[in-house]
Amino acid sequence: MTIKEIQHEIVDEFSMFEDWEERFQYVIDLGKTLPLIDAQYKTDENTIKGCQSKVWLHAEEVDEKIVFTADSDAIITKGIIAILIRVFSNRTPQEILAADTAFIDEIGLKEQLSPTRANGLVSMIKQIKMYALAYDSKK
Amino acid sequence: MLDIQKIRADFPILSQKVNGHPLVYFDNGATSQKPQVVLDAISEYYSQTNANIHRGVHSLSQKATDAYELSRKKIQQHINAQHSHEVIFTSGTTHGINAIANGFASLLQKGDEVLVSALEHHSNIVPWQMLCERTGAVLKVIPINQNGELIQTEYDKLLSANTKIVAVNHISNALGTINPIAEMIRKAHTVGAAVLIDGAQAVPHLKPDVQALDCDFYVFSGHKMCGPTGIGILYGKEAWLNQLPPYQGGGEMIATVSFEKTTYADLPHKFEAGTPNIEGGIVLGTAVDYLNSIGFEHIAAYEHELLDYATEKLSEIEGLNIVGTAKEKTSVISFNIQGIHPYDIGTIIDKKGIAVRTGHHCAQPIMDFFCIPGTIRASFAFYNTKEEIDILVEAVKKAKAMLL
Repeated sequence: MTIKEIQHEIVDEFSMFEDWEERFQYVIDLGKTLPLIDAQYKTDENTIKGCQSKVWLHAEEVDEKIVFTADSDAIITKGIIAILIRVFSNRTPQEILAADTAFIDEIGLKEQLSPTRANGLVSMIKQIKMYALAYDSKK
Repeated sequence: MLDIQKIRADFPILSQKVNGHPLVYFDNGATSQKPQVVLDAISEYYSQTNANIHRGVHSLSQKATDAYELSRKKIQQHINAQHSHEVIFTSGTTHGINAIANGFASLLQKGDEVLVSALEHHSNIVPWQMLCERTGAVLKVIPINQNGELIQTEYDKLLSANTKIVAVNHISNALGTINPIAEMIRKAHTVGAAVLIDGAQAVPHLKPDVQALDCDFYVFSGHKMCGPTGIGILYGKEAWLNQLPPYQGGGEMIATVSFEKTTYADLPHKFEAGTPNIEGGIVLGTAVDYLNSIGFEHIAAYEHELLDYATEKLSEIEGLNIVGTAKEKTSVISFNIQGIHPYDIGTIIDKKGIAVRTGHHCAQPIMDFFCIPGTIRASFAFYNTKEEIDILVEAVKKAKAMLL
């Protein structure tokens, strides 16, 4: 599946929810089930400091694709990380660089990606793109 | 007794819906809402009075100057300053603190000490750190206990002949602790230190008497006391303000200017360079009149009732921990729920139309002391109600159920 197709799939999943409570409950549950980042990668270097919640992001290259693992100290942030990882992890740098995050608006979580939220997600997406750029230019 | 419904009708913003729910505004520690009289005064200023002040000979300029100076007098009376020229208009608390910290740069030398407290907002820490970097003075910190109170015996030990200035808040923004500043000021003066009080969180709840307190400087913001943003007050004792050099140079703060020598204007103009926030200055007077028309005794009594009610109701939630349990507290409750990040609670209850602050409240050292990433802070004003507290309690319970 392409990044676009996965994004459509996520939008479809969210369209089944009737209200914000169901949407947020789903995000919270995703947060709870996000595979834990390997403790050795929870370093200061991998920390993205939001003013409110913290995000840890680790990237490695596997078969010319970038695999991301991440974590947060806040569960809603972690749930959104799970969605972003589903979209961006295990992709080539070119795919990552070409993708956008407009689908987040469609699933009703737009405000979570607003810079004023200071939850580290905006910086996380920037960091994902930076990794893609770095791996891309290495070639 | 306050007629709360009548008071609420004075605040148009309170009747709006947020995310489909009636707004419950509990972020008063960040900024207060504005009553209609304040909104009207802003519009009236621009539609009927707007002109630059202290300069023009024309009538409109005179009218604006008179209104601005009348407001200064109102604020002088409100805080019981001896002279109106001890009341300096600033852009806010941060501006006031920076003006004094900069002024002290010429007075401090290596080995001198500046005392702040562990309860301070970053804006009452960083300017002093910058001052210490410039002068070689040393920053010392008055520690807090588990209740979030300043440890007075430690303060006594820190005070010495080296202490040149003590900068503490009247009320903590993060925890609501009311500090015993009168006693602290008295002690600082026995070693010859000046005292600056950050009154930003105090002025919405009480009427400070700067002469009774005997503080050397008292700073606060207009926007937390029903006034507009971008206006604040720096009160300083005349002798200090005369001694300190001005913070900014420019128009209005001078007596004569030549390329050889400029002489500064008298107080208060020496500290008011450039065209000030004229509208803000005038309307701050309106806000002070409004608060006085309600009466600070009534405000304090009612807010205390809200604090007690909220403390009792929130404490009934299992796993909820109130951070900051000082004996003397204003209407601020900072709390956490075991196993849940404050950001998550804030996000969920926002969906219910409730505005609280989450995070470290620009007071990271306090959060480090309690080993927490932040808190959820509900700060109440006289226009809040017990019914709104019930809504908060139910929303927190709901969030807890969703998140745990």
